[in-house]
Amino acid sequence: MSTNDKQPDDSRASVELSELNLLTQDSDIATEPRTQQQVDRVQTEAKSQGRLIRERFFRHKGALAGITLLILIIILAFSSIGYAGIPGWWDKEYDVLADRFNEGRPTLTLWPFSLGEHPFGQDVLGRDYFALTMRGTQTSLIIAFIVGLVAMVIGTTVGAIAGYFRGWTEAVLMRITDVVITIPTLVIAAAVAGIVARAGIVPFALFLGVVTWTGLARLVRGEFLSLREKEFVESAKSVGASSARIIFRHILPNTVGVIIVSTTLAISGAILLETALSYLGLGVTAPDTSLGKAINDNRSALTVRPWLFLWPGAFIIGIALAVNFIGDGLRDAFDPKQTRVKQ
Amino acid sequence: MFYFIVKRTIISFFITLAATTLMYFLTISSGDPFEDLGETSGPQKAATIAARTAAMNLDVAPIPRYFLWLQDVGHCLVPGGVSCTLGQDRTGAAVLPQLENAIGSTLRLVVVATVLALVLGVVVGIVTAIRQYSVFDYSITFVSFLLFSLPLFWLSTLLKQYLAIDLNTWLDNPQFSYLTIALIGVVAGVIWAVVVGGDRRRRLVVFAVAAAVTAVGLYLLLVTGWFVTPGLGVVGMLVSAAGIAVLWTALLAGFRRRRVLHAALAAAAVSFAGYLASVPLLNDPNWLVLVALVILLAVISYVVAGVIGGPFRTQAARIGAVIAVSVSLLIVLDRLLQAYPTLSAKAGGRPIPTTGSQSANLEGTFWEINLDYALHLVLPTIALTLISFATYTRYTRASQLDVMNQDYIRTARAKGLSERTVLVKHAFRNAMIPITTLMAFDFAGVLGGAVITEQVFGWNGMGKLFVDGINAVDPGPVMAFFLVVGTAAVLFNMLADIAYAFLDPRITLS
Repeated sequence: MSTNDKQPDDSRASVELSELNLLTQDSDIATEPRTQQQVDRVQTEAKSQGRLIRERFFRHKGALAGITLLILIIILAFSSIGYAGIPGWWDKEYDVLADRFNEGRPTLTLWPFSLGEHPFGQDVLGRDYFALTMRGTQTSLIIAFIVGLVAMVIGTTVGAIAGYFRGWTEAVLMRITDVVITIPTLVIAAAVAGIVARAGIVPFALFLGVVTWTGLARLVRGEFLSLREKEFVESAKSVGASSARIIFRHILPNTVGVIIVSTTLAISGAILLETALSYLGLGVTAPDTSLGKAINDNRSALTVRPWLFLWPGAFIIGIALAVNFIGDGLRDAFDPKQTRVKQ
Repeated sequence: MFYFIVKRTIISFFITLAATTLMYFLTISSGDPFEDLGETSGPQKAATIAARTAAMNLDVAPIPRYFLWLQDVGHCLVPGGVSCTLGQDRTGAAVLPQLENAIGSTLRLVVVATVLALVLGVVVGIVTAIRQYSVFDYSITFVSFLLFSLPLFWLSTLLKQYLAIDLNTWLDNPQFSYLTIALIGVVAGVIWAVVVGGDRRRRLVVFAVAAAVTAVGLYLLLVTGWFVTPGLGVVGMLVSAAGIAVLWTALLAGFRRRRVLHAALAAAAVSFAGYLASVPLLNDPNWLVLVALVILLAVISYVVAGVIGGPFRTQAARIGAVIAVSVSLLIVLDRLLQAYPTLSAKAGGRPIPTTGSQSANLEGTFWEINLDYALHLVLPTIALTLISFATYTRYTRASQLDVMNQDYIRTARAKGLSERTVLVKHAFRNAMIPITTLMAFDFAGVLGGAVITEQVFGWNGMGKLFVDGINAVDPGPVMAFFLVVGTAAVLFNMLADIAYAFLDPRITLS
């Protein structure tokens, strides 16, 4: 956050840009030297931009591991207990009380592999903790993706309009962004959560998205500020293209990298934000459950029943780690400057 | 510059004002202030409702109510103002005294965590950038991603439950088996070998030396009972002072200029003499004495090093002052450590506390009280630092790599400058420019994180004020918390912008 004055001159724009570079030029985990064969292929075969990006992405081992892990978690969470009335392969419900079996200890054994009756154990009330964790994972994933989506839509719109039209539009929009950014995310989210948490998880997620778009708006605005001065925008203007057409057809496609990368990071941030709010008792409320709520409900059980605390935690870390690695891979894939000389 | 600051201050004021409006209305619409009375009945309920209505001005419509609150804040801004209270909470108590009680512990936590994360993060980030694509680089990259993905409260709870208990038990009877000592030595050796790098021979030598030094050092510390009665002692102080002098010289000047090294050693000798002379003074000092001592040492070292430095007096004097300050910090550390045995006894042999921000009713010397603060800080600071550390390493690494690929670095190398000069003078300084912005961002984030950490560790800080306020739909405490946090955020942003222009002459403030 560096600009707060009304008419950012070029040097200020360059500050924004250097921040941007900082964000986008990070880390280059899997830039292995290409073999001669690959180099030849690069020279002989024309590739589309999308294909280049895809190839760079799939060369990134961390990102591949991340996307595999995320897909596995999604499949496990939704196929095991089912969703929205569709039954899954797991026969127990997350809200059915039962007798505690062996003090509710987990029955999962890795060697020989067997799930047993209650793989993740049972909570104090005897509910199957595997089903509960899966239910929490579903909720957390849904919240995180909605937050990411909302933040992306609002942030891109505000950033694009402010960066393209400049003038008082920009001044007003960026001052609003400044106002929201002044309040730490957790603080504003906690205040908002008080209003909507009881309304269910979808409104809750929508409102969280409404307060977390500011970072993206700043980044997109920075991109627009530099792109609108480029020759191709000028030529589009000279043939009489409308503002909407220039924004959507000419500038926005060039900012897709920044948008996708920060949306990914916003999603992993949202996972952690939701768990933090649920921990403070301001997030998801019963009868819904989420990973953060599951941990919060069982936080006093850490010494006697550690599995109630560890399993949801492991899933939170798994999801956030996977999303972060995907974000890193995307950043490398979208940023052509990432091929760096080895020192 | 002046124009910029005035303009930014005015804009920041209005942004903060708008943010308070937003926050106020979000808070008062986040629930029902009488929700906790739902179950009760009888005359007491009516009395509570009446009292609360009066304290929170609930009989006034929301918009005038906001202006009433603004008026309360305004009282604090007017010099010599009437009754600065920052409004009342729902019980009718003034908010300002509560804030004054809470702010100290929170600031302690946030400042210590930020400084630690910054120093560690920048150092590790630079090393990973210099050793790009090494095992160390990959490990730190993975660790940072893992830390990014950790829920803060989860980590804090684990630290509290496992680390604290084991550490306390171990500190009660600090012993390691030979196998453990050897293992720790091997781990330290591997880390050093990976950090230093080089060809296989060099790595093996580094590994062997580091492993041996660590294992033997640990063994000696255990045998001499250092973990029971820690401290540096006179000899330790002398060796450390000399070591600090050599280290700062290596980093800031290199050894080619002998006179600078001599000046640095002289500064270390001055500081050591200061340490010896100050022993009786520092038995139970206060902050004033301490700060005066540091400044005195720094000034004397500055002059002495400057005189000895001869032709390089500017550089030598600066290094001398840096050494004096470092040694002063070491003196403080030594004194704090010496206070450990008595404090540990007072804490019943469980020195690392897991709840609260200070021991209740602790009577003791300046050092004991501050060590008590420090020990209470250990666990929450580890949790907060780890999370910020990840951010700082990643950004520093990216920034340093960015700078290392610039043309002027190639030029500097081509001129034949030493690698130290290239890294410290040309690369590091420029790489630090974007980090100033990050600090402004991160400070607000850490304040938010402090809310969680305080909750886990049961601190009565600003975070508790905020969470309790939100849960009770009580805008007084919430807004007091926000005034501090919001002002800090706005202020840090402005400072970052000024620092930016100061560090990068290409940027002009207008």
